Amino acid sequence: MCLAIPAKILKIEDNLALVDMAGVKRQADIRMVSNARVGEYVLIHAGFAIEKIGEKEAEETLQLLREII
Amino acid sequence: MKFVDEFRDRAIAERIVKKIERFDSLKVNLMEVCGTHTMVIFKQGLKGMLPKNVNLLSGPGCPVCVTSQEDIDKTIELAKDENVIIATFGDMVRVPGTNSSLEKERGNGADVRIIYSPSEALRIARENPARRVVFLAIGFETTSPLIAASLLDVQKEKIDNFYIFSSHKLIPPAMEALLESKEVRIDGFICPGHVSVTIGSNAYKFIAQKYNVPCVIGGFEPLDVLQSIYMLLKQIKEKRTEVEIEYFRAVHPEGNRIAQELIDEVFEVSDVMWRGLGTIPKSGLRLKRKFSDFDAEKEFRPKTKKSKENPDCACGEVLRGVKKPTQCKLYRKICTPEEPYGPCMVSSEGTCAAYYKYG
Amino acid sequence: MDPAWFLLKAHVQPITNMVKKFKDNEKKILLAHGSGGKLTHQLIKSFVKKFRNLPLAKLDDSAVLKFKGKLAFTTDSYVVDPIYFPGGDIGKLAVNGTVNDLAMVGARPLYLSAAAIIEEGFSLVELERIIDSMNRAARAAGVKIVTGDTKVVEKGGADKIFINTSGIGLIDSGVDISSKNARIGDRIILSGTIGDHGIAILSAREKFDFQTKVKSDSQPLNGIVWEILKVSKKVHALRDPTRGGLATSLNEIAEQSGVGIEIEQEKIPVEEEVKGVCEMLGFDPLYIANEGKLVAFVPQKDCAKILNVMRKNRYGKDAQIIGTVVSRHKGRVVVKTNVGGERVLDMLTGEQLPRIC
Repeated sequence: MCLAIPAKILKIEDNLALVDMAGVKRQADIRMVSNARVGEYVLIHAGFAIEKIGEKEAEETLQLLREII
Repeated sequence: MKFVDEFRDRAIAERIVKKIERFDSLKVNLMEVCGTHTMVIFKQGLKGMLPKNVNLLSGPGCPVCVTSQEDIDKTIELAKDENVIIATFGDMVRVPGTNSSLEKERGNGADVRIIYSPSEALRIARENPARRVVFLAIGFETTSPLIAASLLDVQKEKIDNFYIFSSHKLIPPAMEALLESKEVRIDGFICPGHVSVTIGSNAYKFIAQKYNVPCVIGGFEPLDVLQSIYMLLKQIKEKRTEVEIEYFRAVHPEGNRIAQELIDEVFEVSDVMWRGLGTIPKSGLRLKRKFSDFDAEKEFRPKTKKSKENPDCACGEVLRGVKKPTQCKLYRKICTPEEPYGPCMVSSEGTCAAYYKYG
Repeated sequence: MDPAWFLLKAHVQPITNMVKKFKDNEKKILLAHGSGGKLTHQLIKSFVKKFRNLPLAKLDDSAVLKFKGKLAFTTDSYVVDPIYFPGGDIGKLAVNGTVNDLAMVGARPLYLSAAAIIEEGFSLVELERIIDSMNRAARAAGVKIVTGDTKVVEKGGADKIFINTSGIGLIDSGVDISSKNARIGDRIILSGTIGDHGIAILSAREKFDFQTKVKSDSQPLNGIVWEILKVSKKVHALRDPTRGGLATSLNEIAEQSGVGIEIEQEKIPVEEEVKGVCEMLGFDPLYIANEGKLVAFVPQKDCAKILNVMRKNRYGKDAQIIGTVVSRHKGRVVVKTNVGGERVLDMLTGEQLPRIC
């Protein structure tokens, strides 16, 4: 129901950020992820960043996926 | 693409499927609540990779599909107003109402514009000060905070030609309604990842505790879905009923506070009508009184003659997981993506469309 | 004569040219341009001047052409909006599109017709730009535009400019390429990345607020087909996956040849940015239009050498074997997904609409 895709923050100005999604650039509203910084990844849904993506957590997830047991 | 490609790895997928196969003594019905999960499952061909004892049911998490016929008819009425520009997310355009659709009205000269972001709807309003823009606000807890945010911007900017038609719905009450109806046995829920970004895992605790149904909040890449299935099977096997988060790179137990506050500031909970599920108490969001100036329903009072669903259309049963699309009389014979009779065939994440395209 | 006069003239010339250009800038197509009178003649001459070739220069009612052998004949209309987009314009598209349709039956494209329906008020400068673009595309593809027509319709009667091109090409003996001819065991080769054209058009329409560097892949494919036929005449089927994308082309061939098709998702090249836009809007690149790619069905025996010549051609350097023709599931296309699942790939149904929820 709710498509949201990862994007990297390139620039921040107040509540707006320039984000990069696989080379596609667009503006995103980041008021919902107040502590987001340049270089971090966020989930973009309909032009808004709805949450940060934890790099460490993503790594951990991949570890769990690879587990045999 | 970072955070995408890593989660589409074939070798790891095969490994998770092996883990799933170990639970061959469990015959289970697992429901993926979210339409985007349905899409991923079909598009990646996950059903065929799973052992026969794991049956996946598609749930009511497709906003277009659950929008009531009356709401659809109202949006069509709104589009007929020559001074109105309708701004909408793509799928809504083709949903058949009782007598017409937004797409047909567009053919008759209505101004219906497809947008990707509410900020584009705002831009349309700014660029057309002499006309009135009605934004069709459908969606679940993922989308409602950003509609709220946009409305606050409208208020701040004093844009006076922007209205929203709110048909927002809430997911946990719908899951509860499904469990209460006892029409189908659900042994576990794959909970929607992006709704959960907003509401957090705590919002599903009552399902695990009161109804003893295990929940796993899953991400949207194929490996996430497979892993969520594995985690549910493990809970069932170990007789645990908990809310676990597979998608913990984005979902936290308490959710996104700012998003929740945005919803609370603009909307209040109300009883709403769901296609297929009927009226569910406290399952929708309507604008708070202080925002009633932006309420398209109050401003335009769209009148609809008796709204009627096609009696042969089984969308309702499909949304409840009671019927598979193939058990519907209309499916594939007269209801196709080119000429849909029900919304489940329109929306690209509707179960019927997914069956049709990828089945 | 005062030698300084020449100098003066030399200096003046560009200035008058500039003035003339400036005036042209304001010139618009009028209904009178379509009346059949003087303005019509001027308009036609502007085409003739650019496309300079013998059959056209005669300005007879028909171009008279000599042929010997098997002919291929095709037509297509171009109504793309916007008329300019990253990587091309309506003129280039109109020439390459028809050249490619001829190439897809193994024909060597020779002659094209070009007919334009122009909306009243369209700028003459823009028209010239489009004619230039058609001319360049025709030269690049080695075809001649030998006959043509223009009509002007009232404002609102057309959207800026519509172009129809028809084309004639010659097919060598021994070549028998048809979407009916795919055979069990054939290998399927795709000449490069998919989705570029469709996404470039979408980005240029400015309906969505995003920027990409994606360019249309509009390019002539007769050269690469010629290279392929030089090493093997046993190509069974060729298609350029335009509207409806690769998925639709494969389905057409599966249906018309009465065979099953299996392809591997991970073998299909997609530019990163095209992938990005597709993820963002919920599109599937397999359904997005291309204007300079082909998919070839070839016997396994000749596959390696065909792939080799394709990769040497500038329009086929990313060529990949993406699948096989099988005897199972006749008339259907099955994709092996990235994670090892299988799904049926249907034709495009309706228009792909962006979805966010």
